[in-house]
Amino acid sequence: MEKFVKLTGVAAPMPLVNIDTDMIIPKQFLKTIKRSGLGVNLFDEMRYDDNGNEIPDFVLNQPAYREAKIIVAGDNFGCGSSREHAPWALLDFGIRCVISTSFADIFYNNCFKNGILPIVLPQEEVEKLMDDAERGANAVLTVDLENQEITGPDGGTIGFEVDPWRKHCLLNGLDDIGLTMEKAASIDAFESKAATERPWV
Amino acid sequence: MSPKTLYDKIWDAHLAHEAEDGTSLLYIDRHLVHEVTSPQAFEGLRMANRKVRAPDKTIAVPDHNVPTTEGRDNPEAMPEDSRIQVAALDKNAKDFGIHYYPVSDVRQGIVHIVGPEQGWTLPGMTVVCGDSHTATHGAFGALAHGIGTSEVEHVLATQTLIQTKSKNMKVEITGKLPAGVTAKDITLSVIGLTGTAGGTGYVIEYCGEAIRDLSMEGRMTVCNMAIEGGARAGLIAPDEKTFEYIKGRPHAPKGAQWEAALAWWKTLYSDDDAHWDKVITIKGEDIAPVVTWGTSPEDVLPIDAEVPTPESFSGGKTEAAKRALEYMGLKAGQKLKDIEIDTVFIGSCTNGRIEDLRAAAEILKGKKIKVKRAMVVPGSGLVRAQAEEEGLAEIFTDAGFEWRLAGCSMCLAMNPDQLQPGERCAATSNRNFEGRQGRGGRTHLMSPAMAAAAAVTGKLTDIREMN
Repeated sequence: MEKFVKLTGVAAPMPLVNIDTDMIIPKQFLKTIKRSGLGVNLFDEMRYDDNGNEIPDFVLNQPAYREAKIIVAGDNFGCGSSREHAPWALLDFGIRCVISTSFADIFYNNCFKNGILPIVLPQEEVEKLMDDAERGANAVLTVDLENQEITGPDGGTIGFEVDPWRKHCLLNGLDDIGLTMEKAASIDAFESKAATERPWV
Repeated sequence: MSPKTLYDKIWDAHLAHEAEDGTSLLYIDRHLVHEVTSPQAFEGLRMANRKVRAPDKTIAVPDHNVPTTEGRDNPEAMPEDSRIQVAALDKNAKDFGIHYYPVSDVRQGIVHIVGPEQGWTLPGMTVVCGDSHTATHGAFGALAHGIGTSEVEHVLATQTLIQTKSKNMKVEITGKLPAGVTAKDITLSVIGLTGTAGGTGYVIEYCGEAIRDLSMEGRMTVCNMAIEGGARAGLIAPDEKTFEYIKGRPHAPKGAQWEAALAWWKTLYSDDDAHWDKVITIKGEDIAPVVTWGTSPEDVLPIDAEVPTPESFSGGKTEAAKRALEYMGLKAGQKLKDIEIDTVFIGSCTNGRIEDLRAAAEILKGKKIKVKRAMVVPGSGLVRAQAEEEGLAEIFTDAGFEWRLAGCSMCLAMNPDQLQPGERCAATSNRNFEGRQGRGGRTHLMSPAMAAAAAVTGKLTDIREMN
């Protein structure tokens, strides 16, 4: 997993509420057996017409946002299907950070496994960043994970909360499985105790 | 000992390691696997030269991609990309030595229907799957939830999941349900009340007389859609109905182990004075048969209501409602009962069980469909076989329904069962998102009986007005 320390990039505004993972990556692109290459189909049905041509109004098709690294989104981003193809598609497009008032649980977890930082902020702060994001190419935000701070285009800063363990893993690009395997003794002990207490499992 | 909720009890019984910062390793009793969210996880194991830690607790079945038409054993029946995914699952199941129900096996079906049917799902277990509707298994008093592919790989390798504990929410449905109101109406009505983010950060326990009165099938329908309300999981405490359902199933405990299991299962309930972070109480008699009008499961109303005006909502929801009405081709103020339907889909992990097929067949008996097409996709090969034995299949085909083989089918339209742009569908599935059942397709969610009624009248129909 790529480390996430400090990110500076254009933020794209997506004020729609309840953006679900079917919107982020429609099911026809779930038939891959790889993690890469999904960026071209990110938001496919909002981004392209029936003939596969770009819909010019869609935010990521606009010149200012084609290289966006951050999305500022409406409430409950990433709801619905558990598909990790959603964060894979975001990452493949180049999005490393999503800011919203709330995220669906599974999507939120999936982001951290892929080096994407989802940031939860109160309504008024998301609205302020949404205003910033609507300034097009001038909407450059800097997200500093170490100091848990977002700097806007006017130099103002907003702090954010993040789980310390998840922060540690993102800052260092740590692989969960390797870390859990270091606790194999605890898992072994649990397994033998459970085998006595609940042998039917 | 301090009083605990059912969730607290299951959590405590599966804690393999707890770090100082509250991050926990939760031991996983059952890991269900399907073809769409697992190939990258198995690939990850191979690349790191890792094994599946507990193959005997890992169960795989292809369901999302598989065609539901006859002759599907022939690999040529599938498009190449689907065939590659199913072939990958075949190979991964064999290489890693996990339990497997291939397409050719009569026990194959939707993973969340197969698990309970085969007795893999038991009370007090932790159950995960790379699929958000894993919440279904909560009907047995198991802590069950969906995970991403990285977590699938983590569970395959370590049989644990890194978790932080959720908060406890109680959703109580008191009293009796009126005639025509089903488990689907309960679960949709709860989401209508709380919103699709109302459960975020919580595990919900459903309780109350109306929940107790539900069959196991109905309880699975309720828990299945906990995720649509944003909750990590939905739970119902096990009782005699639960034990009766499990007894004698192929992987249920037997003999002395059954007795030992039963003794523990009977301790699985929330203590009277347990702490709840949030409580919602709904009177069963206030619940009506409902349908969805928009593109989120929270866009739900009683069937005798009208399409709402976007301005009746606040915040970002007004814009979302405008977009939904445009997508759905509906006008504010239109009666829901006037909406004409092109297609009916009965099936899915929400409503693809035998009781669902019985409820739909009851409406269809001796009648003909008035929609362009209608299909019923049983949740498993065994549900299909039982429905044939009970004569339900004949009722469906006589009415004009297509009688399909088991799979996820048009719930998410990854196989050839898809809506065309603008096609309007009465569906018993779980999501009405834009494009969910096919690009441009328009989905109205409802119970199996309501979907059957819509098939007969050609419009969204109040089940209470059917003869």
